[in-house]
Amino acid sequence: MQPDWPAEVHRELAAAGVRLVGYVPDAGHKRLIELCQADAAMRAVVLTTEEEGIGLAAGAWLGGEKAALLMQSSGVGNLINVLGMVKVCRFPLVMIVTMRGEQGEFNPWQVPMGEATARVLQTMGVAVRQAGEAQAVAAHVRAALARAYEAQGAEAVLVAQRVVGIKSFQEQANQ
Amino acid sequence: MKPSLRRRNVVKKMLSNRNDLLVVAGLGSTSWDITAAGDSPLSFPIWGAMGQAAMIGLGLALARPERRVLVVTGDGEMLMGLGSLATIGVQRPANLTVVVIDNERYGETGMQATHTARGVDLAAVAKACGFRNSQIISSGKKISQLVKIIQQTAGPNFAQVKVKVEQVPLVLPPKDGVLLKARFRRALLGDSADVLPQEV
Repeated sequence: MQPDWPAEVHRELAAAGVRLVGYVPDAGHKRLIELCQADAAMRAVVLTTEEEGIGLAAGAWLGGEKAALLMQSSGVGNLINVLGMVKVCRFPLVMIVTMRGEQGEFNPWQVPMGEATARVLQTMGVAVRQAGEAQAVAAHVRAALARAYEAQGAEAVLVAQRVVGIKSFQEQANQ
Repeated sequence: MKPSLRRRNVVKKMLSNRNDLLVVAGLGSTSWDITAAGDSPLSFPIWGAMGQAAMIGLGLALARPERRVLVVTGDGEMLMGLGSLATIGVQRPANLTVVVIDNERYGETGMQATHTARGVDLAAVAKACGFRNSQIISSGKKISQLVKIIQQTAGPNFAQVKVKVEQVPLVLPPKDGVLLKARFRRALLGDSADVLPQEV
């Protein structure tokens, strides 16, 4: 049986004391977003674009609280310039990115950004952890949270498209 | 009618009795303005990340609901982050005020006209996004009311202050981002700033 990775990730975020969860929706994040919204100790903040999440997380840390961001890989392209602030200030940052443009992609327009996601993040100083299997996601998130908040690092966990497993517009609509 | 308000006077007045106010200033002129009014560890001037001033203010306001938070930014910086007004409108933090010092120019790049010079009404955008109070200010009398709003009025509040186009002396805050972050957290959180929050 597939592990319930969204529930496991939610437990990791809760255990680490994450209070703000910024997100731009993605079908692959649907359940994790709902778990965060239902958690009275967390505030889920819907964003108009992923870069707002960088400001949100930076402000939260200035105020002494931890944040995490949920987005899909196309959103990583929206982050590039503002990641400069994360690097210069060494703001702790944890992003959980569901991948598009990989195995099972039904929209070829998602492919270029999907192919570039890991390199874009690394180029801007974000450590990348690739979760290729559902079993691996929560452990990567735990490690990312520890490094981000103990050593003021920027971390992204990339959840492979085959873990998310959505293969058609119809399936996405039926989520 | 040309604006008569002068940006340095407006910002100085907003910060004159700031007490415990937490201040975020956007990239460019407004960061120099808050520094000219008196540098403070509880000010976070941004040297980059154009468009993110209001969002940093939101993160801070949600993290510290017991404190008043002021974002001071320019019209160009706010225009780059218009979506953040919608995001703030959804969260509705009562302790947050966003003030745009609007000279209708990109001041750091050669004084090119911004969208507000052609009539784009940021205060109307903020109101439409759900800010509780939103206004355009062009007279000095309204600045005292604005100070009261910043310190006391349940928000989110927004003000677009029309100011003169003028060259003012550069007064620069520290450039070291790690220092700006660490001094802010220490001033706000005390000794616990350097200790990892206790895990559950």
